[in-house]
Amino acid sequence: MSTATFAGTPVEVNDEGFFVDPTQWTKEIAIELAAADGIAELTSQHWQVLEFMRKEYFEKGTGPTVRVLGKTSGVSVKDLYLLFPKGPAKMAARIAGIPKPKGCI
Amino acid sequence: MTKRIVILGGGTGGTLVANRLHRHYRHRRAGFDQVEITVVDRDDHHMYQPGLLFVPFGLASRSEIVRPRRAQLQQGIEFIETGIDRVDTVADTVYLENGRELSYDLLVIATGAQLAFDETEGLTGPGWNERVFTFYDLAGAMGLETALAEFEGGRLVVNVVDLPIKCPVAPLEFCFLADWYFTERGIRDKVEITYATPLDGAFTKPVASSTLTALLEEKGIHLVTEFNTGSVEMDDDGMSGRLVGYDGREVPFDLAAIIPLHSGADYVGRSEGLGDDLNFVPTDKATLQTLAKPNIFAIGDATNVPASKAGSVTHFEGEVLVENIIRFLEHRELDSTFDGHANCFIETGFGKALLIDFNYETEPLTGHFPTAVGMPLLKESRMNHLGKLMFQWVYWHALLQGRDIPGIGADMPTAGKHIQSKEEATV
Repeated sequence: MSTATFAGTPVEVNDEGFFVDPTQWTKEIAIELAAADGIAELTSQHWQVLEFMRKEYFEKGTGPTVRVLGKTSGVSVKDLYLLFPKGPAKMAARIAGIPKPKGCI
Repeated sequence: MTKRIVILGGGTGGTLVANRLHRHYRHRRAGFDQVEITVVDRDDHHMYQPGLLFVPFGLASRSEIVRPRRAQLQQGIEFIETGIDRVDTVADTVYLENGRELSYDLLVIATGAQLAFDETEGLTGPGWNERVFTFYDLAGAMGLETALAEFEGGRLVVNVVDLPIKCPVAPLEFCFLADWYFTERGIRDKVEITYATPLDGAFTKPVASSTLTALLEEKGIHLVTEFNTGSVEMDDDGMSGRLVGYDGREVPFDLAAIIPLHSGADYVGRSEGLGDDLNFVPTDKATLQTLAKPNIFAIGDATNVPASKAGSVTHFEGEVLVENIIRFLEHRELDSTFDGHANCFIETGFGKALLIDFNYETEPLTGHFPTAVGMPLLKESRMNHLGKLMFQWVYWHALLQGRDIPGIGADMPTAGKHIQSKEEATV
């Protein structure tokens, strides 16, 4: 665990760069994280996914898998990969400021 | 007054709960509440699911792993053989496909998980049951037995489409057994084995994942990680094909063993307010009461609790669930003690196996089970392999009958485990 600074705010992150405390997240931080991951501009579709992931996390305690994301976020799995090329579940979770999705045990 | 308990599903969970409840209530004297127990299932074939892994390698046959469901239920438990149309949670009624309506005081959902083949494009298209199989059902496992026997060399790909799946270690065991099988046949050098998984390692939990990743490497099995299968496509000759990932990566194969996406039972989707997007039933992970309604409980693969979808978990859940059903019917506070305990043998080929033991909070660790003198954990041994074989007897004769297995309780033991620090042991 270490402290990183995004958009001028110090944030607790784990070894893989996932947020430890999702309440430290802001939209400004998301924009900076996305840029560092190669997404120059967050479109409304990106935001739709990010906000959906945060909602799922706060409701269920973990972010959704790619498949569930494709079924329930309103964005198809194919489009999710276009939006988040490095793998939607993990990449979007990091930008959305939630811990890495557990997937399953 | 007579209370009516309806149990949907006559598999591992439904059977052991029915038998435990029956044993508890059968000697009730007049003046106490009497209980009627009904189990519903669409067929009368109870399958020992861990046996499916061995079928493709000629190590188990249908007659060894399938028995009548009815015969596993104690006398006095009603068994109805029909499909389920839907549950009306408001009217406390189950509508069956044969037209019958069952009203209940308490409902148990134990209908497990099913394979959602249609969720992967091309999976059941050209090549299905010829070059592309699953060993997660009996027909597929038997088809794969023939295909493996005829396989003279080439690329064998084992792929998990998405999680959660039943018995998350089974695909790895399949790889290890394939390595052993082709070695025995003297053609291991002609077979390339690849394991493609959506995870970022061989397994979900860090300590076990590094042990299993090393074991794959040792056995010359290729590991492809973070692979999300979008479609299965056959080549023009019909003899080979490719898994195509959503990210564009391709994994070519001559023979593929696929573990499809899992979902809950279809009737859950038809029952308003009962299931989630994949028809699993949202359930309190400590009490096993569903979030749908207080008089509905769930057990095993049908639930959404964050534990492995495995028979051992179902067995451990059974103890807590039955206690809670008894308390609920007596208007007492529920017992919230289920800790997510799982205990799995991992067959590694050549007559050896690993053993892992874990729960919601503690990942699989090294050491011994259940105490310092016991079976080695996370380490290949002959004793674990014998344990795995012996377990089939335990399953039919003790586990389904709802008897406690000596030394193996619902709570995860820690006595023989190497727990270095709290942070390391917690995931």
